[in-house]
Amino acid sequence: MTTNKSFGFMDEYAKKEIRRSSLKAVAIPGYQVPYSSREMPMGRGFGTGGLQLTLSLIGEGETLKVIDQGADDSVNAVNLRSFIEMTCPGIHTTTSTTEAGVIQSRHRIPERPLREDQLIVLQVPYPDALVVVEASEDKRKILHGEADYSRLLVKLYEDIVKFDEITISHRYPTRIHGHYVIDPSPIPRWDVPKMHQSAALILLGAGREKKIYAVPPYTDAEPLAFEDVPFRVEDFTDENGQRRPCARCGCTTSFLDEYIDSSTGDYVYRCSDADWCNEQLMDESLLEVSNG
Amino acid sequence: MDKVLQVRELSVVYGKGCASCYKKTGPDFNSNICPDCGSVVAAHDVSFDLYRGEILGIMGESGSGKSTAVKCLFFDEEPTNGKALFYDEDQQYNLFRLNKAQQRRLRNHRFGMVYQNPNLGLNFDISAGGNIAERLLMSNVSNYSDIRGRAVSLLSRTEVLSERMDEMPKNFSGGMQQRVQIAKALATNPPLLFLDEVTTGLDLSVQAAILDLILEIQQQSQTSMIVVTHDLGVIRLLADRTLVMKYGRVIETGLTDQILEDPQHAYTQRLVASAL
Repeated sequence: MTTNKSFGFMDEYAKKEIRRSSLKAVAIPGYQVPYSSREMPMGRGFGTGGLQLTLSLIGEGETLKVIDQGADDSVNAVNLRSFIEMTCPGIHTTTSTTEAGVIQSRHRIPERPLREDQLIVLQVPYPDALVVVEASEDKRKILHGEADYSRLLVKLYEDIVKFDEITISHRYPTRIHGHYVIDPSPIPRWDVPKMHQSAALILLGAGREKKIYAVPPYTDAEPLAFEDVPFRVEDFTDENGQRRPCARCGCTTSFLDEYIDSSTGDYVYRCSDADWCNEQLMDESLLEVSNG
Repeated sequence: MDKVLQVRELSVVYGKGCASCYKKTGPDFNSNICPDCGSVVAAHDVSFDLYRGEILGIMGESGSGKSTAVKCLFFDEEPTNGKALFYDEDQQYNLFRLNKAQQRRLRNHRFGMVYQNPNLGLNFDISAGGNIAERLLMSNVSNYSDIRGRAVSLLSRTEVLSERMDEMPKNFSGGMQQRVQIAKALATNPPLLFLDEVTTGLDLSVQAAILDLILEIQQQSQTSMIVVTHDLGVIRLLADRTLVMKYGRVIETGLTDQILEDPQHAYTQRLVASAL
């Protein structure tokens, strides 16, 4: 299989085009660069945009981590990882955020702050934040060009009128470098502030919609909000006003997933970022060892 | 008096156009379709001045080009020819030479438009207050309570109950929708307002109330307005000066009283004589 296929599944021209589009995306922060988006041996909508970015950027000897909603072992992550391993001989894969050079992620940014020598690729279903207020792409392009995002703000206004708060839970419209507003992919609001002045390059790829865009390192990323109704991240305090801890590692600073315990019917909260949770557990056991 | 707007030789042609378009159309030919190339000359050689606090009426039958002229000034349409200068706060803008972003800025900050059909001026998917908020947000007001307060005061000024500001415009009567549209147009305190057949299709008592409101706005804020209508009553009540258009040409201009009492052009005479 690997012998008659080129490195990274795609031919060199395809990879070159994606790299060129990525460079343009970095040069114009937040601008959606169109690209041709090749057929991948999986359905569009399964992360083909992110996959193509990863395949064209990764090289021999580099280390890859693939995340699906924070986890390394769910279907999307496992399949993408094994496909990349198969088509890119000579790369290493890991589940550790610290060890990874390239991180491809579906809908989460790791809890551990990324470094300058790391790069994160996000899989994007809907690249255009304006799609909810304007159906025509032609008109959206004009709105982006003129940085006219009043209609998105009206949506926030209507939210506050109806519900007293902004109800966007994910895909929170975020203004990059003071001009273009992007759809940061369905990451929770929790992850949006991590894009602001991030040390690592953030690349976003939409395979079905054929768009690549980027948040370059150390670039402003401001979620849209009003002066007197600021942006808020998810709130994990319980009814007693206590911050809920992760049921597994006890961490009180991470983004939590809610589960229902099938035997008791209770709600259980656990870290969404699996690697982060493991690290916290490891630290605790090290502490116990040194204390014991 | 301060000049606000100066329009010279404004022409709009739909179609490819030819050398004889202007020569073979107009009131003398009873047509605005060019016999040689089939292009429609919607407006040609429209020139006028508008001063601060003045209301200029543009009168004419449907298809006479009156709305087209105004739509060009509001950047809804592009003119084929002509020049328009807008004077604002010691600045002078050559309207048809501005780039899109500059045009949008003027449109959002300094101009207001009220259409005959509220569907054009209002977004029916968002509340009445949201419609006003949209215009304020376009002009970079980013404080929620400021926007809210401003929307309440605008709606009360146009006599829409502030309790209904969070309702959808589709729940409003035609007159109310028109009031919301006027409130939206006034949101940024524009020095220039375009009114395109604002009272057409409303019943008489509502018409009177809307016209009162327009006069009040003009007197309170010295807003210059261009009122497009085919209704002589509206012209008589609102306009200081009037342009009469037919087949895309201006056939008569002057003080409104003069035009209504002593019309010179045969068409205007017929128009005035036929008024009920």
